[in-house]
Amino acid sequence: MGSTTGFFTPDYSDEIATSAKEVKSDTMIINLGPQHPSTHGVLRVRLELDGERVVDAQPVIGYLHTGFEKTAESLSYQQCNTITDRLDYLAPMTNNLAYVLAVEKLMDIEVPKRAQYIRVLFSELTRIASHLVWLGTHVMDLGAMSLFFYTMREREIILDMIEAASGVRMNPSYFRVGGLAYDLPDGFMEKLQEFLKDLPRWMKSFRTLFEDNPLINERLKGIATITQEQALAWSVTGPNLRATGLNLDLRKAEPYSGYEDFEFSVPLKTGCDAYARFWVRVEEMYESAGILEQCLSKIEPRGVYMTSDRKVALPPRDQIYGDMEALIHQFKLVTQGFPVPEGEVYQCVEGPRGEMGFYIVSDGGPRPYRWRARTPSFYNLQTMPIMCKDGLVADVITAIGSIDIMLGDVDK
Amino acid sequence: MILEIVVLVVKILVLVAILMGGFAYTMLLERRLLGFFQLRLGPNRVGPGGMLQPIADALKMMLKEDMMPAGADSLVYRLAPVIAGFAALSVDAVIPFGAPIHLFGLTISLDIANPSIGLLLAFALSSLGVYGIVLGGWASQNKYSLLGGIRATAQIISYELAMGLSVMGVLLMSHTASLEGIVLAQKAQGWFWLPQIVPFLIFMVTAIAETNRTPFDLPEAESELVAGYHTEYSGMRFALYYVAEYINMITQSGLIVTLFFGGWLGPSFLPPIIWYFIKVIIAIFVFVWIRATLPRFRYDKLMSFGWKILLPIAFLYFVGTAAFVSGVL
Repeated sequence: MGSTTGFFTPDYSDEIATSAKEVKSDTMIINLGPQHPSTHGVLRVRLELDGERVVDAQPVIGYLHTGFEKTAESLSYQQCNTITDRLDYLAPMTNNLAYVLAVEKLMDIEVPKRAQYIRVLFSELTRIASHLVWLGTHVMDLGAMSLFFYTMREREIILDMIEAASGVRMNPSYFRVGGLAYDLPDGFMEKLQEFLKDLPRWMKSFRTLFEDNPLINERLKGIATITQEQALAWSVTGPNLRATGLNLDLRKAEPYSGYEDFEFSVPLKTGCDAYARFWVRVEEMYESAGILEQCLSKIEPRGVYMTSDRKVALPPRDQIYGDMEALIHQFKLVTQGFPVPEGEVYQCVEGPRGEMGFYIVSDGGPRPYRWRARTPSFYNLQTMPIMCKDGLVADVITAIGSIDIMLGDVDK
Repeated sequence: MILEIVVLVVKILVLVAILMGGFAYTMLLERRLLGFFQLRLGPNRVGPGGMLQPIADALKMMLKEDMMPAGADSLVYRLAPVIAGFAALSVDAVIPFGAPIHLFGLTISLDIANPSIGLLLAFALSSLGVYGIVLGGWASQNKYSLLGGIRATAQIISYELAMGLSVMGVLLMSHTASLEGIVLAQKAQGWFWLPQIVPFLIFMVTAIAETNRTPFDLPEAESELVAGYHTEYSGMRFALYYVAEYINMITQSGLIVTLFFGGWLGPSFLPPIIWYFIKVIIAIFVFVWIRATLPRFRYDKLMSFGWKILLPIAFLYFVGTAAFVSGVL
């Protein structure tokens, strides 16, 4: 019945077994999901239980499979951007960033410094927003429901800022190849400043709900452990890896988009358990706020936000009607997109859930020949059997929440 | 004789009406309060301030199809919610919710019965409620329900002993097990919550466990077991479980008020019965507050918590109270 680790190949033969004869009498098989209150979407975990003790837990995925990678092959490079939003829909900006960086690397485009910093700004805002959703849902999975509403309230402010900049809340596609879709809106920096001023206050109020709370601690400490060796063997990245004591943050290891100009530290924990992962994420939110603080002084409210390379950037509106060349560029870009030189590229960024990367093969045309997303949740989820073994049913829920999976990210 | 029976029947009908109405509006109160705790409004559309919401809910529940899964044990499946509802309702028969009143030359005590073992009877009846949960979970032929039922069993053996021991101090101090007697004893000695502060806290914790509410909502455990023991129930049978849970909450609040906060006692500018209900509503508010704040226990931790922490503390305090009352100390 499948391998002991990794993804379980669906075998539907035992699901319809209803009489006691057909199932093993000593263990009980239970399907947690795909419709279940705390599987964060449509994850199905095939649990083998001995009483409440978990003998085996195999994640069964694919209920949200949308074929993004194949779809991308028939879209132009600009259009692919909109697909990346929908992978990990709680952190669309970091997906955008990984994708546009990959294309820019292949085309060798220089992006203006200001645009790079604004990308950093939105990546970190997204990280905070994503961690807020994680915090709320994780604690709600543990049974405390109120925090979820509080975190959603603060996330709303971030979504408002994203909406102000890009026009969309959830799937912004704000980063474009060569820069950004639009410049920052009026008053954005003031809004950000206000947000950063409030952040320590509401983080403190959140912490009163979970910090030193014996109920939370006992639900998290020593639960769902992944050792560093296991984490590396199963390609676990992001906060889950840093909770095992390994200092690997792509923002530091392979700086991109101007991260080398920012000062921040990488929160590390050595507990390897759900508790360590919990606090890595909570501390990351403060670090992200620190980066945003630096963005305030580094980014002027008005300025250049797109490369001047007319091969990828749309010409300004006012030029189109008076300038023949601008009109041609506009026409070519809108109707055909831009060609990308032949070659292949892999570019990854540090998303809220780990290494978010894109592997793109170009045949020289305006559409990618191959388009692959290295989504962090897919790899992180592989550790489910390791984490859940010998735990209780309640720990399975803790494990799912503590690795912060996103099913759009897993199923692609 | 006839008159006594008439009075009794009227009292029973009034109590059941109060409890059912109390259930409906406790639920509304909880939903509104949770709404405010969670930055929402809660139900406020039906009637002024949502006051008619319970009626709409009840109507909906009654009109829902009553489904039973294939393979379920039909007799037990149908009986289980009735047991739960009965156990919840019957406990209130022994709780006095006001001082005796004088009406048409009759002295009417505001409880259905005042047996000398009132407290024991209350415990015995309220423990029956777990059968409704266990049997319902078992008869549903659903794995989540079964796990919920098993958890309910594990839960009741972890807290019932501590709960029983925690009220022994009150018994010793008042020299009676009649609930009316306990209230009258508090009139003489002062409310028991202060001298019995530790048992009071233990009773509060175990009362939450008795009502299966967060942080002890293990048999239901929405985020783990979908809906636990009542996953398969629908319509009025489902509603009956809800009735049981909320009436249990009212009952346990009533017990807390009676045992530790002087029952209907209070300054004379309000009638005793109003004092009783004010105290009960405060206790219910605390229940809701705890639900809005705390996460859930893990069921093995609950067992060790009950056996290794609550039980020894309750026992030690009981021995201490006994020594104090008998004059050894």
